[in-house]
Amino acid sequence: MTITNYLVLAAILFTIGAVGVLVRRNAIVVFMCIELMLNSVNLTLITFARSTGTVEGQVIALFVMVVAAAEVVIGLAIIMSIYRTRRSASVDDVNLLKY
Amino acid sequence: MSVLAAAADTGVVIGTGETIVFWVLAPVALAGALGMVLSRNAVHSALWLVATMLSLGVFYVVQEAPFLGAAQIIVYTGAIMILFLFVLMLVGRETSDSVVETLRGQRVAAIVLGIGFAGLVGAGVARGAEDLPVIGLTAVQGTEGGPAAGNVEAIAAVLYGRFVLAFEVTGALLIVAAVGALMLTHAEREPGVLRSQKERSRARFLTDRPQTLPGPGVYARANSIAAPGRLPDGGLAPSSFATGVEPVRVDELPRTGSVGIEREGLPHAGGTDAALGTIGGGTTGPVPGSGEGAPR
Repeated sequence: MTITNYLVLAAILFTIGAVGVLVRRNAIVVFMCIELMLNSVNLTLITFARSTGTVEGQVIALFVMVVAAAEVVIGLAIIMSIYRTRRSASVDDVNLLKY
Repeated sequence: MSVLAAAADTGVVIGTGETIVFWVLAPVALAGALGMVLSRNAVHSALWLVATMLSLGVFYVVQEAPFLGAAQIIVYTGAIMILFLFVLMLVGRETSDSVVETLRGQRVAAIVLGIGFAGLVGAGVARGAEDLPVIGLTAVQGTEGGPAAGNVEAIAAVLYGRFVLAFEVTGALLIVAAVGALMLTHAEREPGVLRSQKERSRARFLTDRPQTLPGPGVYARANSIAAPGRLPDGGLAPSSFATGVEPVRVDELPRTGSVGIEREGLPHAGGTDAALGTIGGGTTGPVPGSGEGAPR
């Protein structure tokens, strides 16, 4: 086993997250899929940090975590306010900007 | 410096323990991800994702990033997933995911594209990183008794050194996120919806007709808002015409079923309450007896 296993696992997890974003209709589940994609990228960063022998990758992964936390807070607040006005958490029902 | 050279020469040999950990937890992570996408219940999705994130945290610890492993477990599975579950319980638990495809064939296309993407990136990474040297972080963050202090110190040296500006900007980002979440979820009460009886009375006396308007159907057999009130001489009272409705003679109206039930039931169009709503173009507040704020 080499570190390539981690990279392939991260690629597969990223793909599952991306497919979930495309397939699922619940906005909260879409957000979870985005979190999964961010996590898999974190795994790649940490693997490459170990490979290159520097901690810069770990620091960038830390930044990714912070940005993900901020994004989740704002995104869930938006979902809450949309649910309050539209009574729905489905991304199909948010279509007023469509036409 | 000799330690660094030695580490660069030898590299890191991935041991049996790490191999076992990988082959045990990688299927768990994959199953968690697939379960998140496939389960129809959003709460189940969140719990599947927790499994994936815990496995990834263990991977971080194994790959010489114990601080990030702890942060992964504390921040992601501890804080973010709890936030997700919180919002799910508030919002989306009863909203089941619709199975209707808004775009035809989108689901199949997404799955095919996903498999293609995974194959492409996975094969590319596998080929590209095949003989990648694994230097390891021993020289940077050290082991027990080594020159460097540890993982947290190594991260801190970089974070507060090269990345200090990004660190400050991240702090600003978190502040903005907290204020934005407060602003987005703050529910403002609509001002001026409820007016007291005194205010409504005062507004009515400011018009040129403070007394009660004759309601439609007072001297008529019909209860409809289209049937205007009658004057004592039998003529139609123009002041009782409802705005936007053509006055109709009682004989032309369809007969109502049971008058008694209508009186006891909910406020209906055609009653005196509805006629009162036409005072001053309906700007005198809520109609008494037909909505909230009515004095009982």
